[in-house]
Amino acid sequence: MTVLRSANHFQEPWTSPDEDPFIRIENITKTYDGEVAVNDVSLEIYKNELFSLLGSSGCGKTTLLRMIAGFEKPNNGRIIIDGVDMTNVPPFERPVNMVFQSYALFPHMNVEQNVAFGLKQEGLAKSEVADRVATMLKRVELESFAKRKPHQMSGGQRQRVALARALVKLPKVLLLDEPLAALDKKLRERTQFELVNLQELMGITFIMVTHDQEEAMTMSGRIGVMNGGMLQQVGTPSQIYEFPASRFIADFIGTANMFEGVLQHETEDGVFIHCPELGHDIVVTRRGAAENGAPVNVMIRPEKMRINLEGDPSQGMNNLKGVVKDIGYLGDMSIYHVLLTNGRTVQASQLNFQHTQERKITWEDEVVVSWHADNAVVLVQ
Amino acid sequence: MMLRFSQIQNRMGRLLVLLIPYLWMLVFFLLPFLILVRISFSETRIGLPPYTEVFEWLGGLAFEIKGSLVNYHFLFSDNLYLAAYANSIKIAAISTLICLIIGYPMALGISRVKGQVRTFLLMLVILPFWTSFLIRVYAWIGLLKNEGLINHVLQWVGLIDHPLPLLHSTFAVYLGISYSYLPFMVLPLYATLEKMDPALLEAAADLGAKPMQAFLRVTLPQSLPGIIAGSMLVFIPSIGEFVIPDLLGGTDTLMIGKVLWNEFFLNRDWPLASSVAVIMLIILVVPLVWWQRHQQKLEDQSQ
Repeated sequence: MTVLRSANHFQEPWTSPDEDPFIRIENITKTYDGEVAVNDVSLEIYKNELFSLLGSSGCGKTTLLRMIAGFEKPNNGRIIIDGVDMTNVPPFERPVNMVFQSYALFPHMNVEQNVAFGLKQEGLAKSEVADRVATMLKRVELESFAKRKPHQMSGGQRQRVALARALVKLPKVLLLDEPLAALDKKLRERTQFELVNLQELMGITFIMVTHDQEEAMTMSGRIGVMNGGMLQQVGTPSQIYEFPASRFIADFIGTANMFEGVLQHETEDGVFIHCPELGHDIVVTRRGAAENGAPVNVMIRPEKMRINLEGDPSQGMNNLKGVVKDIGYLGDMSIYHVLLTNGRTVQASQLNFQHTQERKITWEDEVVVSWHADNAVVLVQ
Repeated sequence: MMLRFSQIQNRMGRLLVLLIPYLWMLVFFLLPFLILVRISFSETRIGLPPYTEVFEWLGGLAFEIKGSLVNYHFLFSDNLYLAAYANSIKIAAISTLICLIIGYPMALGISRVKGQVRTFLLMLVILPFWTSFLIRVYAWIGLLKNEGLINHVLQWVGLIDHPLPLLHSTFAVYLGISYSYLPFMVLPLYATLEKMDPALLEAAADLGAKPMQAFLRVTLPQSLPGIIAGSMLVFIPSIGEFVIPDLLGGTDTLMIGKVLWNEFFLNRDWPLASSVAVIMLIILVVPLVWWQRHQQKLEDQSQ
């Protein structure tokens, strides 16, 4: 996965105890007719972060975003932005602007009027409004479209108008509700770059809602994964991918091979987990929060698994025998579905680093799938 | 190029569908109107029909046109008619405004509620149509007359000593027209407001617009087509309204529909009545055509 962040963004304010969070979401709960949409969510977001709320539809991420914008009132909890309690402040008085999923451009106004709307509302002088609108339109490369109406523009152009209309107000926080969902794949990838560049250039805190994990991973400094109205895990993309906090996260982000077992004991060689379905122990190096005797899941990512034609099982590795049943050829890599002797299927992926059309490993080959003890994650059930 | 049979059939079908309503309009609107125009150029006489012939057949292919502009001349020289036209326009315009002021909040309210409540409220707007128009106007007589409900209640409460002269007044005409034509204002307004994306108002609020500003800068401009359609639907039939001024209006309520009726049925001056009707139509058609052109221009601009 590409990383769009540039070097100067490797500073991580959330790791520093001296840094004060810019946005504090404290124990926010929202219910609709008894249905809990957001359940006791607390979250701290720092200045200049590009933070993503990731989750499938109905997980409460959009409701949380709308509460930050002020369109919904929480039943419980507080929202504090830059030290000011915003919980009961109406949306038109919040220092927050939003890019709507539908863009919500005013159809009776042209691009220029759309972008100027918010500034006129502030009562700024005409010349200043015109200047700032022109600068903003230039920044999103729409200066030649100033007099166009929204319905005369493409989806990508409309998206940039929506972005310009919100950013021209120089908000303390920019909220983006699935900003790229309506764009096709190529345009989406380009726009991801543009959004990140714009965020770094303008130094505005972005909170983005998305259901697309790849989008969240490539763009964000940190991700908050939501499920069933609750915040499941907050962390950098690599933290969430490599060290998922729960089985849900492990399954939700990327692909995971999962084995159930019981943690036995820890020796110098590692932590032994008895796995009845495999008939032998799995060795891992980190036990996580699991205690001896606890039922656990062992998770290994497909790319952490090595796949070899049958030979001598590697020393110090976990080995499983199986037969290749399916191969997914993606160009840069291939995904092998291996049917184990116990009837389970695991996925192992391998980079196609040789320039060849031939397959070293093909269907019905007997293979050994192996992984290093260091590459497995133990999740408490 | 050869057309296949099915294509021909298709075209014939389309033509037929278009032809029937146009034929209907031709027979029941355009022909009577042309007859009316012809009569408006004739002169009154005693007999059957009560007007002189405009075209006289001289035999063979020769015609003599004996039309006269005397009716139109009379119409423009007598203040009664000009005043009636002016008054009709004024009453129709004010009634339209009243309908707009009452109808807009109604339509906005209906468009903002959900599901069954909305269906119920819409049904209430249409409900009056289930009763005859005439009966509803008569009902207002019962309410407005000196011994009517309103005066009774006001006297019983003690607000007035003598009954208010509500019936047979211009006030009653405004009331009657606004009441009768209100649904024609509410329905097109509702149709445009209902189509509006609710996210637009959120966007306006997000950009710093208070609810009133959001209404003025987003909702109102977007509902303009509905305002114009509703106003046309109220204004046009109100101008020629006869029943309401006849039943609710007083002697001083001068409206062109009533003048028309009097000329036809009291004075039996068909030619003059016809010219009154022709001028009324022109008064109505000119703004319509202007509006049509304006719309066309707007559409051309946006393309």
